[in-house]
Amino acid sequence: MRASSFDSSLMVLVTTINFAETIEIGDPISQAKIFDAQAADELVFLDLDASKENRSSLINIVRSVAKQIFIPLTVGGGINTIDDIVVLLANGADKISINTSAVRNPNFINESAKRFGSSTIVVSIDYKKRSDGTYSVYIDSGKEDTGLDPVEWSIDCAKRGAGELMICSIERDGTGKGLDLDITKRISDAVSIPVISSGGCGLASDFAKGYLVGGAHAVASGTYFCFKDQSFMQVRAHIKNAGVPIRLFT
Amino acid sequence: MVGIVNYGMGNVFSVSKAVEHVGSKVKICNNPKDLDSVEKIILPGVGAFKDCIKTLQHLGFTDALNERVLIKGLPIYGICLGMQVMAKKSYEFGEHDGLGWFDGSIVPIKPKDKRLKIPHVGWNEVSFKKQSPLFDCFESNPKMYFVHSYQVKLDDDKNLDAYCCYESRITAAIRKGNIFGTQFHPEKSQDMGLRVLENFIKWNP
Repeated sequence: MRASSFDSSLMVLVTTINFAETIEIGDPISQAKIFDAQAADELVFLDLDASKENRSSLINIVRSVAKQIFIPLTVGGGINTIDDIVVLLANGADKISINTSAVRNPNFINESAKRFGSSTIVVSIDYKKRSDGTYSVYIDSGKEDTGLDPVEWSIDCAKRGAGELMICSIERDGTGKGLDLDITKRISDAVSIPVISSGGCGLASDFAKGYLVGGAHAVASGTYFCFKDQSFMQVRAHIKNAGVPIRLFT
Repeated sequence: MVGIVNYGMGNVFSVSKAVEHVGSKVKICNNPKDLDSVEKIILPGVGAFKDCIKTLQHLGFTDALNERVLIKGLPIYGICLGMQVMAKKSYEFGEHDGLGWFDGSIVPIKPKDKRLKIPHVGWNEVSFKKQSPLFDCFESNPKMYFVHSYQVKLDDDKNLDAYCCYESRITAAIRKGNIFGTQFHPEKSQDMGLRVLENFIKWNP
């Protein structure tokens, strides 16, 4: 299990539904500490506003988290240049997630993987399922339909040097309806790099299915851990009992 | 005082915070002279082998580290690429010489099972040698965080301190006298990782 997609806007942690409706949760740093105490495997911080104006807030959050939380941190949201990456890595980020900028300039994947190492670069892919059952990649926080097929785009990203892929279902985001296991499997089978599946976890069994049915290397979730009494330990136990080798305690 | 070598490749910030967290003073060593005032050294590393060894050479760290580690006997801990660069040779993007501190080479991880992805990234269980200074405190095999596509292939087991399994055995830690190295990131492995760091800081030859 790879935990916690943080959707962080300014200094506020939020969850979203279908990338549209936003619900404010609270302070990202204190929430991160709770998740760490509950033994999350990794934290992902996404700046949904993805604007240059927010960058110093994002940097401060990352810096503060890196001082007190000793698990991997992936940071994303509006990362467009090599300098953007340099600054975030210097402030404690371990991996950088790029999304829109990768689609608009695919060579950015090649450049950043070459400069920082593939394992530092995660390409995030958001997608929607069309009514005819085919899928399309969306960028700019789900506002723009690129027409790209997520499987083909995943293969391209892997070829260009992405170290991991993080895929997210826009229509399942925040709904608790479960992951899109079909596309997860197709992408996991198509590439030799790890795939993190996200979007829709509502039950502990959704996580287990992500591994067992979807073939995902990791599962990420935000909403799941923010509202009810769902803890990482409970989900972890469920995943382990389902036969997936996941660490049970620190 | 623990010196963390800053040669532009490696997560110096999080390593230094982790070392401070376990109670040691830290000095970020931006040039070889900075190593004069430290008792122990940590060599982080993220990225490619050839860039790492070239940069260390270029900044004058290679000679300084050889002197302090091999001659003066200062304890050193290499993390991830920081450990790999201590090997004799690497076969990542061509053939390159490392520092040559232990008998081993760096080769790609190539599992036959296609479901096993590269890089090897995530938490994996580490089996360690008895009485290993870094790991002896653990009652059971700890899980540590790994992220790498290349692995250390030792010429023999004499310097093997710990291993993990990813289809086959992967060197997780080496030890040769005052020279320690782990493939995993202790500063990213939560409580267990912090204990390993602490054990290094407390260790005396």
